[in-house]
Amino acid sequence: MAQAVLAVLAISGVAAMLALILVVAERFIARYGSCTIDINQGTRQITIEGGKSLLNVLTEEKLFIPSACGGRGTCGYCKVTIREGGGPILPTETPFLTADEQEQGLRLSCQVKVRNDLVIKIPEELLSVREYTAVCEKIEDLTYDMKRFILRLQEPDRIDYVPGQYVQLLCPPYPGSDEEVYRAYSIASDPAETGRVDLIIRRVPNGICTTWCFEHLQEGQTVRINGPYGEFRLSDNPAPALFIAGGSGMAPFVSILHQMEHAHDTRSVRYFYGGNQVRDLCLLDEMKRFEEHLEDFTFVPVVAEPGPEESWDGRRGLVTEAVSEEFDNLADYEAYLCGSPGMIDAAIKVLKSLGIDKARVYYDKFA
Amino acid sequence: MSLSQELQTALVVCFSAVFTQNILLTLFLGMCPFTSVSREVRTALGLGGAVVFVMTCTVVLNWMAYHWLLVKLDLEFFRFVLFIVIIAAFVQFVEMVIDRYSPRLYQNLGIFLPLITVNCAILGASLFMVIRDYTLLVSLGWGFGAGVGWLLAILAMAGIRQRLDESRVPVGLRGPGITLIIAGLMALAFIGFSGVLG
Repeated sequence: MAQAVLAVLAISGVAAMLALILVVAERFIARYGSCTIDINQGTRQITIEGGKSLLNVLTEEKLFIPSACGGRGTCGYCKVTIREGGGPILPTETPFLTADEQEQGLRLSCQVKVRNDLVIKIPEELLSVREYTAVCEKIEDLTYDMKRFILRLQEPDRIDYVPGQYVQLLCPPYPGSDEEVYRAYSIASDPAETGRVDLIIRRVPNGICTTWCFEHLQEGQTVRINGPYGEFRLSDNPAPALFIAGGSGMAPFVSILHQMEHAHDTRSVRYFYGGNQVRDLCLLDEMKRFEEHLEDFTFVPVVAEPGPEESWDGRRGLVTEAVSEEFDNLADYEAYLCGSPGMIDAAIKVLKSLGIDKARVYYDKFA
Repeated sequence: MSLSQELQTALVVCFSAVFTQNILLTLFLGMCPFTSVSREVRTALGLGGAVVFVMTCTVVLNWMAYHWLLVKLDLEFFRFVLFIVIIAAFVQFVEMVIDRYSPRLYQNLGIFLPLITVNCAILGASLFMVIRDYTLLVSLGWGFGAGVGWLLAILAMAGIRQRLDESRVPVGLRGPGITLIIAGLMALAFIGFSGVLG
């Protein structure tokens, strides 16, 4: 017995001592002094203590690089161009970088350790990305599994974005999830209301962030978002446009339609919106309002298979089927898609078969 | 045993660890990295160098921990746990130092350093040191010699495999197959050294 206690004590003692040595060593050895990071040729210069990953440093400096995995090197979103000082590309990065990207000096910022001065380049629009605190003013039920969260911005109290862009919502730890995660949601509000951001969120079974939004987030609670991000937006081209969305893919189009209304945009728009059942469709009244107020806008809801108790006299089938029934030739059109990857891939196939130029198909894929 | 005698023993042990008692080719320890990291001479040299360094230092550290702590407390049976913990901590420490002061070496060693933690040859060297009842000085010779022996074996293998790239190996034997056959032949060749030290 005494020997067992002694043994445990001895081993724990040695292990604790070694741990202590490592901690002390880390304090003294792993010091890199101050490093200067030059961003976009002097647009911004930051001086920080070296030793951390570039992604963390940039986030601390409120420069938000998109990252879905939280710096573990698994999502491949946090690419930045490093002109000087990045060192060789690590094996953890190569799966995410094409030969062209490696040539251009692109790196995963979460894998690059700041150990000396760096010269980097990040996309211009990311410089305008900021972090916002907001109060969740109202939560509305849109369908049985979709809600609209109306966020009132606090600090800063206004946001400048292009309709179609998205923000990242910070989901804090809660019982059932022990880490902070960010998830991307399109902005679904009127861009004229600069102090407000609406998010349309569909519940994902076992989704970390959607579970938090649906079960824990309360009206009046403070949340944090950062953004805006994304290239999805209405083009300046007055060509007729085709919108295709499913479920919560509605979100960016709400914002875009508001924008068109304010700008008295007269282009022709056909909006095909699909759901499995009638109960999957949201914001039908709002779309009716846009039909009345916009010059040439037609909203076409499509239901795959109305439930036994649902009455539906609109179109039936898949959105892609509805599109190919409606049009013979889309060569003059531009297409905007938002929805699940499956829907988008199917839609692109149909659009191509109808003669649309692939460069004029814009989409946001939400995996 | 006087110091000069001990020194002589250390040298003999060191020499025999490189040739007659080669930890890789006669004791077959550390086979996993030996077969997987022996494709190029350059990387083999990197890994081998790291093994020499870590093996020499950990054998000495483990000798101290064993004789000054475990033997005193009558806890010899705990050596497995203790040795592993010390090796892991040491590798961590070395990694930190190299990362800080020689980023180039750090990049070259890359994944090899942490891999060494679980290299059985490293733990094996420390366990042999106990079984054979070496003194501190002899342990130093043994650790260094065993490391150099391992380096020599993997270097020879990498050299052979680089040439193998240009030769026609039967499809079924390509990769690990031919590597193991070569390892066997090399082991036979090393047995030839066994007469050297009588």
